[in-house]
Amino acid sequence: MAELIQTDRAVPPPSWPMFRALVGIGMLCGLLIVSVYVLTGPVIARNEARALEEAVFRVLPGATSSHTFVLTDDGRFRSAEAGTPTDSAGAEEGTPTYSGMETEAGTPTDSGTPGREIKAGTPTDRMVHAGYDDNGSLVGIAIQAQGMGYQDVIRVLYGYDPTRETIIGMQVLASKETPGLGDKIEKDTAFLANFEALDVGLTPDGRSLQHEIVAVKGGEKSQPWQIDGITGATISSKAIAAMLRESSAQWVPAIHRQQAIFTRLEVTDDRQ
Amino acid sequence: MTGSDSAGSTGRTPTTDEFIKGLWRENPVFVQVLGMCPVLAVSNSAINALAMGLATTFVIVLSNTLVSTLRNFIPKQVRIATFILIIATFVTVVDYLIQAISLDIHRALGAFISLIVVNCLILGRAEAFASRNGVGRSILDGLGMGVGFTFALLCLGGVREILGNGTLFGAAVFPSGFQPWIVMILPSGGFFTLALWLLLFNRLRARQAHRQATLAEAAP
Amino acid sequence: MSDDSLWSIFLNASLINNFVLAYFLGICPFLGVSGKLETATRMGGAVCFVMLVSSVSAYGIHQFLLAINAPYLQLISYIVVIASTVQLVEMFIKKMSPTLFRALGIFLPLITTNCAILGLALFQTNKGYNLLQSVVYALGAGVGFTLALILMAGIREKLELATVPEIVQGTAITLMIAGILSLSFMGFAGLGA
Repeated sequence: MAELIQTDRAVPPPSWPMFRALVGIGMLCGLLIVSVYVLTGPVIARNEARALEEAVFRVLPGATSSHTFVLTDDGRFRSAEAGTPTDSAGAEEGTPTYSGMETEAGTPTDSGTPGREIKAGTPTDRMVHAGYDDNGSLVGIAIQAQGMGYQDVIRVLYGYDPTRETIIGMQVLASKETPGLGDKIEKDTAFLANFEALDVGLTPDGRSLQHEIVAVKGGEKSQPWQIDGITGATISSKAIAAMLRESSAQWVPAIHRQQAIFTRLEVTDDRQ
Repeated sequence: MTGSDSAGSTGRTPTTDEFIKGLWRENPVFVQVLGMCPVLAVSNSAINALAMGLATTFVIVLSNTLVSTLRNFIPKQVRIATFILIIATFVTVVDYLIQAISLDIHRALGAFISLIVVNCLILGRAEAFASRNGVGRSILDGLGMGVGFTFALLCLGGVREILGNGTLFGAAVFPSGFQPWIVMILPSGGFFTLALWLLLFNRLRARQAHRQATLAEAAP
Repeated sequence: MSDDSLWSIFLNASLINNFVLAYFLGICPFLGVSGKLETATRMGGAVCFVMLVSSVSAYGIHQFLLAINAPYLQLISYIVVIASTVQLVEMFIKKMSPTLFRALGIFLPLITTNCAILGLALFQTNKGYNLLQSVVYALGAGVGFTLALILMAGIREKLELATVPEIVQGTAITLMIAGILSLSFMGFAGLGA
């Protein structure tokens, strides 16, 4: 009997050391993570901005400066950068935004060119980047597109020239295509040459594309709106054609109609 | 063959042996067969393998250090949970550091950086060694295991890149007429290459054991 | 939000990008538990369940972290949830079927370090799936994992009747079989595209 009482009293397990260890270590870990996050945050944002800007310049040959625009709910393009003259009121309320987390196959974070600030709350899937050459004339507009490839989602950036009504450049931003086969879409010079003057001319009413972008078998390209597919990487080539087709159908008519907005903007070189 | 035993079995000082055992005798990949997932996934090129190996080494060393420092503070019942907490923290740290250093490498390694946290190797070392030994020895143990892991990764990554791409660290190894064995870069290539390396390792160890056995017999 | 159809998500997770044979996730249990068909099936079932629960929890956690703007806590919270889920499943199995519990042995807690579960949570977050898509993804991943496990177990059981050179026995031959399986699964690529 006495023994039972004895063990009853001795029973409460030492929960304080366990609690202390878990909570204490938890807080220490939390502190570590937060400090590293805060310290590396600006560096990462700078890296991403630089990478995006490099890509923009690569798909808009001749561009030396860029400016980000956003498509607002009412179908008009407005400048997405803080402190620059726009031709109407400021950012829209209630548009869907991303929190800025870098996602693999998703949309990028809302960081603009270094030194300039994108207005808070700008939706990243509605941003386009206009490129200007040294004289300030518009070279073209860089647009992001994505779609399912052979292995996983492919993300590309392509440049559109509204005056010539052609795509003038394309760069793969993220892809997991088969190395040695599908990944040729990234490097194969013959394939990339397809995008130097890819016809995206509009119908007379300006609402849709005259000819849809389509991929054909390697070497059979006969029209300026066709893409010469890569032999052995048909699916990847077709995927690129499909995503460009969809994206251009969505963006090109709107951009072409409002191209004045892009050229009218005064681009001052105030990045010291 | 734990750290405390090996001090007596070889003539080396305890400290250097902590480091060396991870390279060969207790190599995490070829002997202990731990941490397989990232080994196969990111070893399709030498540079990726190197980056992954270094990241893992970084995490093992830091986690071993912290676990060893706190080892008297962590009660037995919650030790696995705290180990995992600590490892996850350092993996998050490494993730952000790599992003700050190079977005390209981060993109190449992808989600597999985060998967370092479930690398049985790190948890295994925390449990088997760091929680029972001093900080200095734990650091060396972590370093040895990490370097051994990186070595194994490089063996795989090197072979796969050379045969599958014709390059090593991006530099061409074969003349341009070489037709790369694409299968090497594919997942199957990872399996096959690891199997062959394991074969080689097994054979070498068997020969060594056989030689030691015959020596022991001839001894008396 | 991704606009993949539910069927293509399922196909992708189970066959085209099989977690074990294409993504190399879950290799440890794959090599360790695939010796016997029965254990393999049961392990597959347990993994399926843990994947479903983890997937839903991961979705919830992700929404919460977005709301409080603390993305850096993602990894830690996912792994804590997975560890807890496995603990719960272990206690459940221990109560419901002690024989199964003994059969699975060490492998049940090993599910915690099963990269497949954490990989699932991370991938579904990166792809931006909503709740229904995440559940289907988890289902596909679990089915694919179980499929790979069962295939491997079936082959290994047959292998016991064959003469295998000593040097190749064990992990080496299993890896070679896995390589061949992985190659064959590549035939599924482009399915449903």
